[in-house]
Amino acid sequence: MNGRIPLRPLARVLDARRRGENPDAIERENLRIRHEQMRDKARTRAEGRLLVLGLVFFCAFVVIGLRMGMLAQSQAEEPRAAASGASIIASRADIVDRHGRILATNMETHSLYAHPHQMIEPVRAADELMKIFPDLDRERLVKDFTNPKRKFMWVKKKISPEQMQAVHDIGEPGLLFGPREMRLYPNGKLASHILGGASFGREGVASAEVIGTAGIERFYDEELRDPARGGAPLELSIDLSVQAATERVLYSGMKLMNARGAASVLMDVHTGEILAMASLPDFDPNDRPNPPVSGRPSDSPLFNHAVQGVYELGSTFKIFAAAQAMELGLVNPGTVIDTSPPFKVGGFRIGEFEGHNYGKQTVEGIITHSSNRGTGKIALAIGPERQQEFLKSLGFFDPTGVEISEAQTGKPLLPQRWTELSTVTISYGHGLSASPLHLAAGYAAIANGGHKVQPTLIKQDGPHYGPRVLSEKNAANARHMLRAVVTEGTASFGDVPGYHVAGKTGTADKPKERGGGYYKDKTITTFATMFPAEAPRYVLIVTLDEPVETSGSRPRRTAGWTSVPVGAEMIGRIAPLLGLRPDYDVPEEEEVTLVRN
Amino acid sequence: MRTLLYVTTFMAMIGLAFWAYHENYKTQASLDHVRQLQRDIGDARARLSILRAEWAYLNRPDRLRDLAELNFERLGLLPMRPEQFGRIDQVNYPDNRALVFNDLVDVTSAGAQAGALQ
Repeated sequence: MNGRIPLRPLARVLDARRRGENPDAIERENLRIRHEQMRDKARTRAEGRLLVLGLVFFCAFVVIGLRMGMLAQSQAEEPRAAASGASIIASRADIVDRHGRILATNMETHSLYAHPHQMIEPVRAADELMKIFPDLDRERLVKDFTNPKRKFMWVKKKISPEQMQAVHDIGEPGLLFGPREMRLYPNGKLASHILGGASFGREGVASAEVIGTAGIERFYDEELRDPARGGAPLELSIDLSVQAATERVLYSGMKLMNARGAASVLMDVHTGEILAMASLPDFDPNDRPNPPVSGRPSDSPLFNHAVQGVYELGSTFKIFAAAQAMELGLVNPGTVIDTSPPFKVGGFRIGEFEGHNYGKQTVEGIITHSSNRGTGKIALAIGPERQQEFLKSLGFFDPTGVEISEAQTGKPLLPQRWTELSTVTISYGHGLSASPLHLAAGYAAIANGGHKVQPTLIKQDGPHYGPRVLSEKNAANARHMLRAVVTEGTASFGDVPGYHVAGKTGTADKPKERGGGYYKDKTITTFATMFPAEAPRYVLIVTLDEPVETSGSRPRRTAGWTSVPVGAEMIGRIAPLLGLRPDYDVPEEEEVTLVRN
Repeated sequence: MRTLLYVTTFMAMIGLAFWAYHENYKTQASLDHVRQLQRDIGDARARLSILRAEWAYLNRPDRLRDLAELNFERLGLLPMRPEQFGRIDQVNYPDNRALVFNDLVDVTSAGAQAGALQ
């Protein structure tokens, strides 16, 4: 095939001519043969190429397949040479207070489990275990340990290092330990309702999932467990020392006033940060009790009175009616309103506390004396629609949205039909139930100069003002009235020298659980306050459930005698902790103080 | 000439192989070291978190309050109250005027050598 054969070989052409044949046929024949040869050659070459290509692909797939198989079979290994970050311990993030003090952290412990089929002396093991853990059931242990069908059983979910050593010393090969990460709340009962609690989710021998069961642990469960956090703690707005002082004072107050329960909320009026929030009775989140199966849920220590408890908050609402009427231009602080009886709305007679008659009063006097009829008349002038709109803008129609899982259940109770009577009763805090936290948010709007704020438990980096609900001037007027309540009105026990407390008392009769009116001798008393009055920084709400003050000749159940002294004591304790300097109105010295080195 | 080339190539191959193995062993030793260090870091972190938890536990407000009450005679600690705030002019500074100088010593440069300070 190397030599090229001529298309018209002379010998064959002459030969053909001689025989009288057409020599062109020879040429065509030769051309055909040559083309066939060329085609065969090209095909062989293409086949060879295809084969090589196929082989390359085959090898590549084999290599990739082998590598995948190896990766699937082998244990995962961390890149050893890479720089390590904080993410080596992928555990649940800590929760800290606003100054970085730990509220919740993790601790490594061990769980104890048994392999009964590996046991050598099951009965002795059970006896020895009983010495270490007296709360176990010996009968059950012996039964399970000697049962040949049992291959695995949990003995204890969490044990301390000392207990682990003691179990080691038994020397029984069928008793085994698994590592456990447990959630620890080092401060015990402190801020228990905020933190909630955690428990184990899916459990294995080598590890167990820690999940939040209530409070902020549940609300931020996903975020706390997210390994991408890299262990960054969740910073709350709570101040540990202020929270401790609040709980202490509230507990003493609750005992002194013989109350069933108590709640308090301390909130920054500019940022909406909750610095302390307490609810009593409380519990230890390290050992969270089970939810009650009988009785009223509000009697359980798990019940958060500050967020879940919706109460008629009484006369503390009066300032909202007064502030709105001023905002609408219906009245000014000096407008005189006749509060004498009779005052009937929808066939109901509106009365005053203990049948008082305050006569003709200015708006400021109505707030100072806490006149129901006066506030009712102001509310009628406002009208139901505008009243609803205003209360809605302050957040009294929805759950507070604070970052704990219970917040959704704290939905205010509103009247089904908002009649004129509802308008009047709601203006003095009856007929609408809201939580103390709602009230704190409402008072914060008056305190910060008229902006709604969203209560939050997460540390903020600056003021977070919502939409304006009151003008600066009317908010200042309302604060002035609230200051007068403390200096000359119903909250006279609430004055803390140096801190210029402004506030309003509220006493509401408790509605009967089964309906049908109100108890005569059970009240919810509330003291809603802000301090210092000239430029408030904090709002404090103190609520006592069924308090009774018995130092006088007859039991006293009004807020002025119960919640107000507790609130004043609380301010005296926590204001110095917040770094507020008391101002005793001492005239500044004229001369320059000489200081020498 | 050709023999020399072969011998040189062979020697170079042995040298490079030695170097490659040497580097390999060094890398493995470093990786082991890194693994050990990371285990130490992990242990230290676990220890740190335990210590932090313990610190928080020992500093819990309940315990501090009890300790303050137990040691009240020695320390006299009370909760902070508004009355404890003071002003700067209420602070009792020591009176510096009480310092009286006598037995004054005259310091002169009369005895100094001329030119010593040049």
